[in-house]
Amino acid sequence: MEITNVSPLPLPLPPPFTHTHPAPTLITQGAEALLYRTHFLRPAHPCALKHRPAKAYRHPTLDKRLTRHRILSEARTLVKCRREGVSVPGVLALDAEAGWMLMEWVEGRTVKEVVVAAESKGKKGEGEQERNGEGKGEAGEDDGLRVLMGKIGRAVGRMHEVGVVHGDLTTSNMMLVVRPSQQSPPPLRNDGRTDGEGSYVGGGGRLEEVEEEEGEIVLIDFGLAAQSLQDEDKAVDLYVLERAFGSTHPEAEAGFREVLRAYGESYRGAKVVLRRLEDVRLRGRKRSMLG
Amino acid sequence: MIALGLEGSANKLGVGLILHPPKGGAAHILSNVRHTFVSPPGEGFLPKDTAKHHRLWIIRLVRQAMKEAALRVEDINCICYTKGPGMGAPLQSVAVAARMLGLLWEKKLVGVNHCVGHIEMGREITGAQNPVVLYVSGGNTQVIAYASQRYRIFGEALDIAVGNCLDRFARTLRISNDPAPGYNIEQMAKQGRHLVDLPYAVKGMDCSFSGILASIDILAEKVDANQGGRKDDLTNEVITREDLCFSLQETVYAMLVEITERAMAHVGSSQVLIVGGVGSNERLQEMMGIMARNRRGSVFATDERFCIDNGIMIAHAGLLAYETGSTTAFEDSTCTQRFRTDEVFVKWRE
Ligand SMILES: Nc1ncnc2c1ncn2[C@@H]1O[C@H](COP(=O)(O)OP(=O)(O)O)[C@@H](O)[C@H]1O
Ligand SMILES: [Mg+2]
Repeated sequence: MEITNVSPLPLPLPPPFTHTHPAPTLITQGAEALLYRTHFLRPAHPCALKHRPAKAYRHPTLDKRLTRHRILSEARTLVKCRREGVSVPGVLALDAEAGWMLMEWVEGRTVKEVVVAAESKGKKGEGEQERNGEGKGEAGEDDGLRVLMGKIGRAVGRMHEVGVVHGDLTTSNMMLVVRPSQQSPPPLRNDGRTDGEGSYVGGGGRLEEVEEEEGEIVLIDFGLAAQSLQDEDKAVDLYVLERAFGSTHPEAEAGFREVLRAYGESYRGAKVVLRRLEDVRLRGRKRSMLG
Repeated sequence: MIALGLEGSANKLGVGLILHPPKGGAAHILSNVRHTFVSPPGEGFLPKDTAKHHRLWIIRLVRQAMKEAALRVEDINCICYTKGPGMGAPLQSVAVAARMLGLLWEKKLVGVNHCVGHIEMGREITGAQNPVVLYVSGGNTQVIAYASQRYRIFGEALDIAVGNCLDRFARTLRISNDPAPGYNIEQMAKQGRHLVDLPYAVKGMDCSFSGILASIDILAEKVDANQGGRKDDLTNEVITREDLCFSLQETVYAMLVEITERAMAHVGSSQVLIVGGVGSNERLQEMMGIMARNRRGSVFATDERFCIDNGIMIAHAGLLAYETGSTTAFEDSTCTQRFRTDEVFVKWRE
């Protein structure tokens, strides 16, 4: 039986964005939020509006508590990452009660889109593959993917090094910046704003120099992030990413080894986390599954 | 082709007969019978007693299913049974019954993954093509999507299953296990009005329930002892057992809907299929419906005949495998407590 198939209610923009000209354009509906492209202070300065509309399915008290908490922890983590030199979009403004945050626009594609595109290129002209992990594209594409995997490993390593665990590491929550030189905005102040909830101003620092012309990894979506220096928390973060990889990109599963290799070399203490990851994996496999 | 399916991985014993028309098209359910081992209030079902229940009832149920379907032994092509996952002793007693029938009637055996059984039956009944699947039962909590010949687990409960959390809380409150503890919690929750603060534990597409259970067990103790009558912060009214059931449901189902939504966003799907015993909860279905509507999608769910453990789903998934040439040799017709959904090679799908 199909329970619902009613057309969706239009989700309104939060004020003051109802008066923005030109109006923000809806780019995508993420896991929790609606992501709009709009501008900040000057029309020439693009930025991303992340709106977490109230979730009608959950109890309003619970909903308020979660939304508020996530906006604040996302913003705090972004500010911390920015300050410590981890590549993330800078925070420009927010209103935790109204459920929105404004951040720098990241010009690029999600890693998921990049990998899926590379896989479908690699698949062309190949026969059926019945087994996992043995998919091989042409050598060139494999190389490109390998370079990408290495970058992912280093990006996650940088984040862990500064004591941040992401909480939802998937290939949808990292972007590959295509043209990093056009990415960084000039330093900004938002002196004109008086929305009592307090606004954050991005550090205005430039994203780190890219090492490969294909681009740089920018991590996004920190609503479930936490600050931690524990090996266990970092290992669980990697485990979440590993499983997201395995289930989303079964053919690229082998490439995940490169992520871990690069991670292992990215900061002091990374090797210990990798050893901890083995325990976490074992626990996962042993998890009893009663019918 | 016709298959007999035997299921007994937990406290339900189910027997079903299914027919797949030769030229494709919808499956015909010829019979689907079930008998449940119900333990007294305050107690869970123990493997030993459950296995005994299954041994006692299996012959009766097979007879009844054959009679309802008006079939002769010759009409049956294969015998499908739950290979796992599940509780060891109950699984074994049903596997032994399957072997015995296989030898007696000279039929091929097909060992079936219980979770895959749920998914395939849900797809068949609802017509959902390629949904994200939320599989929620007494022993499992998984968010699953299909890709390249496997049902892949995107997220799962990191400690106890959601159904187990509900069942154990029902035991704390000494609520009846008849027809099911989760059902009785749902009825009580309808009388609840106050939401008490419980831990909310979501990590990406995974979640955890043991902390919630521990917290609400403590609250239940206080309510029962009427210790100073814990009051609601806003209304100053006394918190009742009904409020606890309400709060538990609101919290755990919100977590389930959230991880399902995250998987849908990640794989870019707008269909959800809910399977497993907890899937018969109307509040969960309602919440999932609201979420899906806001994603321009839809929710598919089945009624208790199909989402609570049953024999027909084992017959159906087993027959899909049989039709693609897979059978289980007699010497391999064992069962296993651990059998992950993604271990099954799904030959019958594109
Ligand atoms: N700063 C940004 N610039 C450009 N696109 C973004 C930005 N942040 C997010 N996106 C896009 O929007 C999607 C959803 O954003 P995300 O922060 O992941 O929200 P959710 O919590 O809903 O998943 C991302 O997968 C990405 O494609
Ligand atoms: Mg996201």
